[in-house]
Amino acid sequence: MGRPTRVTNEIRRLRFNRDEMTQAELAEKVGVTRQTIIAIEQGRYSPSLEMAFQIAGALGVALDDVFGYSATSQEDSR
Amino acid sequence: MSYEEKGQWVYLVVTSIAYGVYVVLVITSAGASPLPEVDYQPILLGTIGAAIVASIIGRIAIEMIGPSESHTEDVRDRDIGRLGEYRAGLVLGIGMAVPFIMALAEVDWFWIANAMYLVYVTQAIVGAVIKLIAYRRGF
Repeated sequence: MGRPTRVTNEIRRLRFNRDEMTQAELAEKVGVTRQTIIAIEQGRYSPSLEMAFQIAGALGVALDDVFGYSATSQEDSR
Repeated sequence: MSYEEKGQWVYLVVTSIAYGVYVVLVITSAGASPLPEVDYQPILLGTIGAAIVASIIGRIAIEMIGPSESHTEDVRDRDIGRLGEYRAGLVLGIGMAVPFIMALAEVDWFWIANAMYLVYVTQAIVGAVIKLIAYRRGF
């Protein structure tokens, strides 16, 4: 608990590229709360594979354009 | 803060206060006499009932002060809920061994009932705290 996820994401940048889509708009498209989008953006929650696909679809990009996987977490690099 | 997270805060605060009130009422009712002689059942049921009512009023009041954007739980809420309930379930399972052993040892019903109530309260508090940490810090 409290461990940063190793899943990285570009949601924030991609939202702005997508006509400055708000977190609320993305949340509505994906069917989650805005707090969940915030948690994913901040790396406090790893979405399921299905939700990851939904987010990528809502942003109009491929899955690996949105999400990446860091081999070393922030804890390991300390 | 999401609707579900606010609910956990209300649950945590109300449960903690209700148990504190119960303990104070039982101790003050006892006075100089031994605790098992206290007529604790109405106090216990009364504080549980009051806690349920306070939780409902608390949730309504908080929504009136700061309405949530959504009132439906999503997949993250369910994940956090499962995490909290799993850990709290461990506390409940292990903790209930205490009143069970007390019952086998034929300890006074007062102490068995209060041990059970304390375990229930502990599992509720542990569950709520774990969920709130998960909401705040991630998991």
